[in-house]
Amino acid sequence: MAGLELLSDQGYRLDGRRACELRKVQARTSVFAQADGSAYLEQGNTKALAVVYGPHETRGSRSKSLHDRAVINCQYSMATFSTAERKRRPHGDRKSSEMSLHLKQTFEAAVLTELYPRSQIDIYVKILQADGGNYSACVNAATLALVDAGIPMRDYVCACTAGFVEDTPLADLCHAEESGGGTSLALALLPRSGNIALLQMDARLHQDHLDALIEAAMTACKGVSKVLDGVVRQHLEEVSVLTRD
Amino acid sequence: MLKSKTFVKKTRAGGVLKIVREHYLRDDIWCGSEVCKECKDEAPVLQEDACIESNLCSYPHYLIPDTNVVLHQIDILEDPLIRNVIILQTVLQEIRHRSAPAYKRIKDAIHEKEKHFYMFTNEHHRETFIEREPGESANDRNDRAIRVAAKWYADHLAKKTNGGSLKVVLLTDDRANKEKAEQYGLIVYRCEEYIKSLIGNPELVDRLALQPDDQNEITGSKLLFPEHLPLSRIQSGIKNGVLLQGTFHANRDNYLEGTVFINREGEDINEVLLQGLQNLNRAVHQDVVAVELFPKERWVAPSSVVLQDDSPNDEDAEEDETENKLYFGNSSILKPTGRVVGIIKRNWRPYCGMLSQSMIKEATRHLFTPADRRIPRIRIETRQAANLAGQRIMVAIDGWPKNSRYPNGHFVKNLGTAGDKETETEVLLLEHDVPHLPFSPAVLSFLPKMPWSITEEDLKVRADLRHLGVCSVDPPGCTDIDDALHCRELENGNLEVGVHIADVSHFIRPGNALDQEAASRGTTVYLCGKRIDMVPELLSSNLCSLRSNVERLAFSCIWEMNHNAEIIKTHFTKSVINSKASLTYAEAQMRIDDTTMNDDITKSLRGLNRLAKILKGRRTEKGALTLSSPEVRFHMDSETHDPIDLQTKELKETNSMVEEFMLLANISVAQKIYDEFSECALLRKHPSPPPSNYDILIKAAKSRDLNIHIDSAKALADSLNNATVENFPYFNTLLRILATRCMMQAVYFCSGMDSDFHHYGLASPIYTHFITHQEVRCYAQRASVAFHTQLFFKNKGIINEEGFILFVRKNAIIILIPKFGIKGTVFFDNKDKPSPHLIFDSEIPGVSVPVPESEPEAKKPKLDC
Repeated sequence: MAGLELLSDQGYRLDGRRACELRKVQARTSVFAQADGSAYLEQGNTKALAVVYGPHETRGSRSKSLHDRAVINCQYSMATFSTAERKRRPHGDRKSSEMSLHLKQTFEAAVLTELYPRSQIDIYVKILQADGGNYSACVNAATLALVDAGIPMRDYVCACTAGFVEDTPLADLCHAEESGGGTSLALALLPRSGNIALLQMDARLHQDHLDALIEAAMTACKGVSKVLDGVVRQHLEEVSVLTRD
Repeated sequence: MLKSKTFVKKTRAGGVLKIVREHYLRDDIWCGSEVCKECKDEAPVLQEDACIESNLCSYPHYLIPDTNVVLHQIDILEDPLIRNVIILQTVLQEIRHRSAPAYKRIKDAIHEKEKHFYMFTNEHHRETFIEREPGESANDRNDRAIRVAAKWYADHLAKKTNGGSLKVVLLTDDRANKEKAEQYGLIVYRCEEYIKSLIGNPELVDRLALQPDDQNEITGSKLLFPEHLPLSRIQSGIKNGVLLQGTFHANRDNYLEGTVFINREGEDINEVLLQGLQNLNRAVHQDVVAVELFPKERWVAPSSVVLQDDSPNDEDAEEDETENKLYFGNSSILKPTGRVVGIIKRNWRPYCGMLSQSMIKEATRHLFTPADRRIPRIRIETRQAANLAGQRIMVAIDGWPKNSRYPNGHFVKNLGTAGDKETETEVLLLEHDVPHLPFSPAVLSFLPKMPWSITEEDLKVRADLRHLGVCSVDPPGCTDIDDALHCRELENGNLEVGVHIADVSHFIRPGNALDQEAASRGTTVYLCGKRIDMVPELLSSNLCSLRSNVERLAFSCIWEMNHNAEIIKTHFTKSVINSKASLTYAEAQMRIDDTTMNDDITKSLRGLNRLAKILKGRRTEKGALTLSSPEVRFHMDSETHDPIDLQTKELKETNSMVEEFMLLANISVAQKIYDEFSECALLRKHPSPPPSNYDILIKAAKSRDLNIHIDSAKALADSLNNATVENFPYFNTLLRILATRCMMQAVYFCSGMDSDFHHYGLASPIYTHFITHQEVRCYAQRASVAFHTQLFFKNKGIINEEGFILFVRKNAIIILIPKFGIKGTVFFDNKDKPSPHLIFDSEIPGVSVPVPESEPEAKKPKLDC
């Protein structure tokens, strides 16, 4: 059996998108009342739930707290039913601790942690359904949850993946495209300043193509940021209508 | 841009996974026609006046073929007359799954501007996408999708042209599909019907592939090979004589032919010829198989064509032509034929070779072409095909299902870039199964501790021959000198001649790891610029190398001879020697020829040389054969180890001098061990070949009106000596090369088990291998020479050189270029140009249309050693 043709001659991808098109992004904030902030985000078939607690006093040992800024604590996990194959996913395995670490680094770059010395912000993200771009879905969901929690940030953090097939950069890879064996680049962007919060790439890529790929990922991130901004504004409108009187 | 999204669930079998994929539907997929103003297509592909004169359709129209039409009538579609065709995505995807070559061809057609083929992405179009209904098969769903898309086109175009004349015509050969389409209000024709209706283009009909009417259901996988019998039935079959057991040997030149050698005593048939894929039935070279004989009327002579399997890289491409490709030789010698009914033991090993990439870029299944032509191509699954292109890789066979044209295998490892010296050497060693890893510590632990010297005890039990003028004669650059010679005059006027060989048995005790390792390696392998030692270097190049001016342990065979080289006394002893000089053949020759030199060594050499000539003369008298095989030597660049020049090996007098004494030592030892151990002496014999083996030689000689007598070895040797042609000195050598091919294989045997000890080639009543001086040429070595020759030519480009035709096959000749010692096959017919009309006469090998004299040289021959 032949493998999948990721990009047809007519320029359509497996799922019918063109190279630079994103999957449909839908999101809702304040999905839980208990938490300080929460958000649910769908990026195509990838679905993520993010919950934020804090800022609050550091739990556990005092030694972890920093005197000049807040500690960001991230935990990433995947639901047992999130992939095609049902699989128990223990906490703290290699993949998820790496992902947790990446999220932590991303948000340390975006959150104004210096406003809350000696305190802690917890971000919990769970992938409910995985279809490629797990990291970016987590970042986008967590951004909304942080906004929902009212934690001051420099900017939205928007993340998106990009791949490279037949000399064409593809934005927002789905699972089939990610596992196709090609390059996959994950990028987290602070869209207004254009600063990159995190950049990660698997597999090899010729240096000449790197700029084009990063460019494609950044454009995609900006697209995501518009959607997130819309979600936040709409939520605010709804809330303000409810609390008007 | 994104309008509507529907989610489609696709399930895929194999561990029942539920794969969920998004499926976006769009409204920005254009129809691709010039007529349509609404679709914002920048460069419409389909022309407005799509006119082709037809009885059936008198109006301009676009064609929509269904999957089976594209698959089977691709020849028609490729014709430049057929233009303005809409290929649906559904169709293209189905073709991609079913036939890689057809997929490639239709894609090429789409890319060709002149053809006006438009690929319509109907699966992602909002109005043409359909979901599979409950109970509907995938094929039915696709057929429906094609009809829906055709209908959409019909309506769309009608609307755009205000009910104008432009129409779409659906082509299908499936009766049910056609009926449904007609009900649906489409214009639909059978492909044959439509093509026949085209006015003024009757030639197209010839390209029409004949169809057994709508019996073209996708039949999954069809059986290509008969089933193998279970082992129990094979065993009972062999017991009662219905089946024969033997080792399968594929034919190197013809992939549709092979021979099974029956290795059972008392069987009158010892070779069974197999022809055709069906009869070979998935046997791979070296497998032990069970064969069933065909009745006598189906016995044939082996075909004499050269066939390489280079059919397109297709999954299960029909090989309809294969049967026609089997040319049956019509010579009178019929061989028993048969077919493989079962495999008793597979002898698969990992094979080296190259990957031939599939024509579909994303494909994960590719064919692997082994370096050994006797091994069929192997289908492997890999995702890294692009990285493996141009690399030498190793692949193991996993199995050969009966519905598959090729065996299935898997990638083992990457050996490196093809053409690279190290890689190719590695390939050679692996292919010829030469153990070439460094020696293990266990083996090395049995080496003597350095510094090593001869002890008093050694001297006590060994003859002290250190005072003798012993010298060694070897090829230049030789570091493992295993034999040395001496000759001196005794007081009684007779001559004493000694052959000394390094006493390896002193260092390697029987049964230890070192012994076992050496036994498994069997021989030292000499490659160009590289040597794979049988024993660790300390022994081979130092302690067991009879270098000059050092004391070494040896085993000596000493004769007392008179001046007529008649042996008076033979004597064997373990000894200690001290070689006085290690010479090359050329140096030794110079000393013999230089009359001013009169030292001991030179005198000894002259004595040896004189005796050797007498011995040789006597041997030739008795009918020993001098055969020939072309050998080349390289001049290597000292820095890069690239070959810079090559020449055929020259034989000097001294070469044959050394050889002569080695033979003599072997014969003496054989006699001695047979006398001592008459029941269990390891001897070597060379049976005389059956007369039929000489046919090619006699035929070849006849072409120059020469007669070869084969009644005895002596007669053969004499007639070979007389077989010279004026102005053609090389002819004799060619005959000798051919004669080599007629010979039987020499074999080792135990004296107790046989009564015939005769060595045919050497004309000696008894023989053994006490010592072999000339490096035994093994295949790895030859292949190494071949590779270096090729490397040499790579740098040289095309050169002209004189060559001789060795054999004539029906569609090729095998030529020899003596200067380089290359044997190669030159095909008459090229892929791109048809073969000239040739008449093949097996009686006098020859082809009636002479090949232009320059042709064999102009092509770089494929090496075949």
